[in-house]
Amino acid sequence: MAETVLATHALTRDFRGFRAVDGVDLAVAAGTVHALVGPNGAGKTTLFNLLTGFLKPSGGRIEVAGRDITGLPPERIAALGVARSFQITSLFPMLSAREHVELALQGRGTLGWRFWRSAKLLGRYRARADELLAMVGLDELGEAPANALPYGRKRALELALALALDPDVLLLDEPTAGMGLEDVDRTVDLVDRVRAGRTVVLVEHNMSVVGRLADRVTVLQAGRVLAEGPYDEVRADERVITAYLGAADAAG
Amino acid sequence: MSVATQEKAKRPPSLLRAVAGAPRGLRWALLAAALAVTLWLPNGLYPAVAVDILCWALFAVAVDLLLGYTGLLSFGHAAFWGTSAYATGLVAIHAGVPFPVAVLAGALVAAALAAPIGYLAVRRTGIYFAMVTLAFAQMIYYIANNRRGLTGGENGLQSVPRELFGLDLTDAYYFYYAALPVVLLGLWAAWRIVHSPFGRVLVGIRDNPARARALGYPVHRYKLLAFVLSAFIAGLGGGLFAMAHRFVTLDTLHWTTSGKAVVMVVLGGIGTLWGGVLGAALLVRLEDWLSFSGFEAVGLVTGGLFIVVVLVFRRGLWGTAADLLRRRLNR
Ligand SMILES: Nc1ncnc2c1ncn2[C@@H]1O[C@H](COP(=O)(O)OP(=O)(O)O)[C@@H](O)[C@H]1O
Ligand SMILES: [Mg+2]
Repeated sequence: MAETVLATHALTRDFRGFRAVDGVDLAVAAGTVHALVGPNGAGKTTLFNLLTGFLKPSGGRIEVAGRDITGLPPERIAALGVARSFQITSLFPMLSAREHVELALQGRGTLGWRFWRSAKLLGRYRARADELLAMVGLDELGEAPANALPYGRKRALELALALALDPDVLLLDEPTAGMGLEDVDRTVDLVDRVRAGRTVVLVEHNMSVVGRLADRVTVLQAGRVLAEGPYDEVRADERVITAYLGAADAAG
Repeated sequence: MSVATQEKAKRPPSLLRAVAGAPRGLRWALLAAALAVTLWLPNGLYPAVAVDILCWALFAVAVDLLLGYTGLLSFGHAAFWGTSAYATGLVAIHAGVPFPVAVLAGALVAAALAAPIGYLAVRRTGIYFAMVTLAFAQMIYYIANNRRGLTGGENGLQSVPRELFGLDLTDAYYFYYAALPVVLLGLWAAWRIVHSPFGRVLVGIRDNPARARALGYPVHRYKLLAFVLSAFIAGLGGGLFAMAHRFVTLDTLHWTTSGKAVVMVVLGGIGTLWGGVLGAALLVRLEDWLSFSGFEAVGLVTGGLFIVVVLVFRRGLWGTAADLLRRRLNR
């Protein structure tokens, strides 16, 4: 089996006595798409927040490529090649779509510190920014302020920001949530395209998306790992069916 | 106030951006007009008042760099204005260097002081940031008051020499023109910072710090550099202020001095940069006129003006002018 790039050991997070993530052991193999599923409130977003340093664990450890990153701040983890998208779209209201991507591209260098230079220097990222915008289907909307974009396009920009970091590990929190069918298909194609050379962890409610993309699936429930394995196995697991997938998915 | 002002700071109207869409000719005309007014100022006002406007303009622009472009309300910037004033005065007294060198040295001392204060303060946001900066400024005030040997205590620092290659600058009219290059340099620096790659990151941090961190930006360090740069520009203003008055008093470190700079920014418009210049001109001129006419309750009038501007021109004077111009041009 391929080496593990992202691992958690007994990862735990409490919110004032409420255990949102409870002793999670996760091992994501390099180059795979690993889906994280589970009912609302299962702790998926909290797990992402722990992995990316936005929350400090109450217990346990996190490793990226064998390196302990437990307790590192978000910007350090991002610099180590772990990028995330947010379940609730998180953009800069004053910036245009292209300026968003330029800002994301600029983050990898030291250009951001140059307070004595002109912002026109960001022009060097323009070609790459336009490429990324085209990739997510925003090529016509580069000048539009992020505020004015329709919901589905905002989700696309959210993806473009994570991709701009060219991460080794890409964490996507419900990238298709609230999207129309066409946008869902486009997003699946996109993830399929950008997964080459990366490891993707995907929180997703849409089981057909999970089936199309995921190599392995981890099912979370009430903060714990309920089941883990290849999609078809997990899908057939009795406990998973009663706990989560239920009749609706069996029918669909 | 902080919550309301921070809300507004999120959407900075920009006269420059409005003008950027305007014909080139209009842009140059506006710039020429601004330059003409600047050069004429000591002929239309008391030269000493004109010089004060220059100093406070730098101070207000420095505060706006933090408030408008980084989303941090400093209520302790008098620490940097006043520290630079004292440092400039001491350098001038003891080293006898040309006054711009003394001012530059004062501003560097202010920036050096801002590093440890900022390091601790940027870990807080909103009203807590304002409180931490205020607390440090109060500390500096008491230190200055106690170190009488250095600062002269309540008597202040007296007889600061104003030297520039033997030129006679005793007349405020001539000092205005001698100080102008330093001021324009400081204002240009602020403009450069706002329109740099660094400035772009600052606006990102102001509007969505979590996203900025997810993109790999060390938000605290960026805020710290913004804080130090702002203190440097405030220090240029404070140093010139010491040179302008040729003495330095504890007032330069007082919390009301911090408050005055914030009021200037709000009057002119948060996040407009040049609004601070306008706010400074207005407030300095008004205070001078009120005290000259023997009016006692200066604070009552400036406070009243503040309330009217906040209520009627919600984006400040400059911001409102920018909006009007933009609407005209877009028609
Ligand atoms: N900051 C927080 N403070 C308190 N409780 C929280 C916080 N964040 C999440 N929770 C709780 O933790 C549980 C897991 O939430 P979340 O991770 O968002 O679930 P999911 O993403 O799987 O839907 C929920 O019960 C939620 O209410
Ligand atoms: Mg969630």
